[in-house]
Amino acid sequence: MEDGRPSQTRVVDCDLLVVGGGFAGCGAAYEARYWGRDLKVVVAEKAAIERSGAVAQGLSAINCYMGMRWDENKPEDFVRYVRNDLMGLSREDLVYDVARHVDSTVHLFEEWGLPIFTDPQTGRYVREGRWQVMIHGESYKPLIAEATRKAASEVHERIMVTHLLPDARNPKRVAGAVGINVRDGSFWVFRAKAVIVGAAGASHIYRPRSAGEGAGRTWYPPWASGSAYALLIQMGAEMTQMENRLVVTRFKDGYGPVGAWFLLLKAVATNAAGEQFEATRLPELRQRVGKYADAKPMPTCLRNHLMLQEINAGNGPILLHTERVLDTPEKVSIGWEDFLNMTIGQAVTWASQGIEPTETPSELILSEPYVMGSHAVCAGAWTSGPGDVAPEGYQWKYNRMTTVEGLFGAGDTVGGSAHKFSSGSYTEGRLAAKAAVAYIRDHPDRPAASEEVVEELHQKLFAPLDRYQSRHGGVTAGTVSPDLLYPDQGLYRLEKIMDEYGGGVSANYITNAHLLERGLHHLAMLRTDLDEVAAKDLHQLQRSWELQHRLWTAEAVLRHTQFRQETRWPGYYYRSDFPKVDDEKWHCFVNSVFEPSTGEWRVFTRPYHALF
Amino acid sequence: MPTYVLTSKCKGCMECVRICPSDIMHIDPGQGRAYNIEPPMCWECFACVKACPEAAIEVRGYADFAPLHHRVVPTRTTDRIEWNIVMRSGSTKQFVFPIRTTPWGSIRPPQESPPPSPEALRSELLSFEPDYLAVESLPTLARPPSGGA
Ligand SMILES: Cc1cc2nc3c(=O)[nH]c(=O)nc-3n(C[C@H](O)[C@H](O)[C@H](O)COP(=O)(O)OP(=O)(O)OC[C@H]3O[C@@H](n4cnc5c(N)ncnc54)[C@H](O)[C@@H]3O)c2cc1C
Ligand code: SF4
Ligand code: SF4
Repeated sequence: MEDGRPSQTRVVDCDLLVVGGGFAGCGAAYEARYWGRDLKVVVAEKAAIERSGAVAQGLSAINCYMGMRWDENKPEDFVRYVRNDLMGLSREDLVYDVARHVDSTVHLFEEWGLPIFTDPQTGRYVREGRWQVMIHGESYKPLIAEATRKAASEVHERIMVTHLLPDARNPKRVAGAVGINVRDGSFWVFRAKAVIVGAAGASHIYRPRSAGEGAGRTWYPPWASGSAYALLIQMGAEMTQMENRLVVTRFKDGYGPVGAWFLLLKAVATNAAGEQFEATRLPELRQRVGKYADAKPMPTCLRNHLMLQEINAGNGPILLHTERVLDTPEKVSIGWEDFLNMTIGQAVTWASQGIEPTETPSELILSEPYVMGSHAVCAGAWTSGPGDVAPEGYQWKYNRMTTVEGLFGAGDTVGGSAHKFSSGSYTEGRLAAKAAVAYIRDHPDRPAASEEVVEELHQKLFAPLDRYQSRHGGVTAGTVSPDLLYPDQGLYRLEKIMDEYGGGVSANYITNAHLLERGLHHLAMLRTDLDEVAAKDLHQLQRSWELQHRLWTAEAVLRHTQFRQETRWPGYYYRSDFPKVDDEKWHCFVNSVFEPSTGEWRVFTRPYHALF
Repeated sequence: MPTYVLTSKCKGCMECVRICPSDIMHIDPGQGRAYNIEPPMCWECFACVKACPEAAIEVRGYADFAPLHHRVVPTRTTDRIEWNIVMRSGSTKQFVFPIRTTPWGSIRPPQESPPPSPEALRSELLSFEPDYLAVESLPTLARPPSGGA
């Protein structure tokens, strides 16, 4: 078993399976236990929940908190904000639902021991911006992991979940999932009455700016492999807004976040000549996006757009003037802590390049694109909304249930529901779990996958190890082979295709119908080559399945981008053949379904309904 | 190569292997000590650095943009984290931040609270709401008719 050959099969029977113990998954496990005292709730996680997911390093702010108890904001205010920021396109029922519940999640976190900055005079949380509160969040993830360990019946770690299982009698119902234990090579079969997927968004779909050793310095973590999307797509779940991918403005190279600098410390950004450029570029913006140019606050994508225009005009570098605002030791400490709590690599960058933020400004840059659903974008599954609020057509009885029966989503998994961040993702996990418990009560029968399907997957999951064993001896040492592809080689190909055809950084975020067509053509050939993917050990086996998940995610992105004939979010991407916002035709959702029985994709629109 | 392990300090305890979210801290079978098997997939998240009981793991910034000669070293205890930073110039900085206000292990699990009624499962309220919202009741809206913006 030196190469980690499959040693055994482990079957886990449970009521509720939670895939991914990140913020959404931890919220789901907690809430499921509250409502389902007698249920078996199992978490399957590919890493270790104390440091898994996007919050592995910790965070410096909770980015979604209403403060209803102090009358700071109403959920309606938040819906208006998100409507604006997403250029008019979000599932407002889902956004409203997160907003009205999120305060109770944050209050729980505080009770558990999360240090939240509090104003000693007023007793209120210190605001970073209108929606954010500041925290000492180094141990944010270990803290919520503690609650998860106590609430879940079992937490199984180092399990890379690769596929969901359809019910043999009703393929539109989920019956569980399969995965690989990457420590001992065992094959895991989870049989469940309902499944909640919280398996996060994706980095490394597009080629990162940093190269070689630095490739790990993506803004979203390198382990975010798009499993949330791939698992669902392959089950035939309807997806939405997959073209709404994220580009973030960050400190150059280290990718340190800018939120606290702009909002709390009130630093300004200028071009190299020291000019604040946003105002001078407004006329061009109005031409392009109409009324959205004057939305307040300016939508995230449009701020990106203005910065990009300035860089393209040759006026870079763009500088963030930290030196003008760090006038007290306390502010210096807040500035460093912001990075040390959530993007330590930025502190490493400052130390290595000798940057003293009190003396020199720092460069800003736009990142490569990511695919996710909980930030200033909302790619993901099309799910049912809450019964009392969701318009008809947006609800089918169980909150956050996808179009596959018994299959729920939360966090990055759920589309249309932007600006959830950590607290909102946890809250959405709670919402999904409560609905899943209701679903389990209403459907006590146990769905079952066919044994042939499970056995077929078993063979398929471990095939890259066999391929390596049987073929690698055909050439002498090294990684170049005529009939084998290693996962890192496939990843570089995927990133290059997406970068050049799908509007990545080297293409200046621009694409068009022809480029997208070529991109899809190349993805199809990559898919064929992945039938030859080889893994020399279990680590590479995990990487090969992560690559498969990234490929599914990438294909969905290209198909959605191809279908939407407009540039809805300039600054995230541009369709050079349809450069403007076109509300008349495209103020609607672009959705897709991959039909597993035929292998066909269907892409279509769904209407947008305003909540008020 | 983002993280590196000091031969003289590593005891091969596997803590870093257990915690690394990227599955890239492995034990070198020859040496019995840990090393980073795939630097281009390291996020410099410091999870392994914080977890190592021997302080054997350090980080050297990504070679493609971070010049040599710097150190960022955390020491984490039960209630705080201390950061020691050595800048390129050799000057140093130190920061200390709290990490938790309650003892580890003190979170009360949800099943220790009184069980909810079966009807409550059909309401829109989550556990401990509306109490934990700290407002009187959960906000709601009349459902809008379908049929457009
Ligand atoms: C650098 C950075 C800064 C941020 N700053 C803030 C901030 O200041 N405030 C804020 O509120 N939010 C912030 N966020 C956003 C926040 O972290 C995310 O919105 C949130 O974590 C999303 O929750 P999730 O559960 O969907 O994903 P995650 O928390 O990433 O969880 C996904 C989980 O699924 C697991 N998983 C993935 N694939 C599989 C698989 N195939 N099988 C099994 N398990 C799998 C992962 O290991 C992980 O545990 C930030 C994020 C980043 C990256
Ligand atoms: S945690 Fe530290 S001592 Fe233990 S194996 Fe890793 S590097 Fe070595
Ligand atoms: S810094 Fe993070 S990603 Fe890098 S080896 Fe350590 S735990 Fe893994």
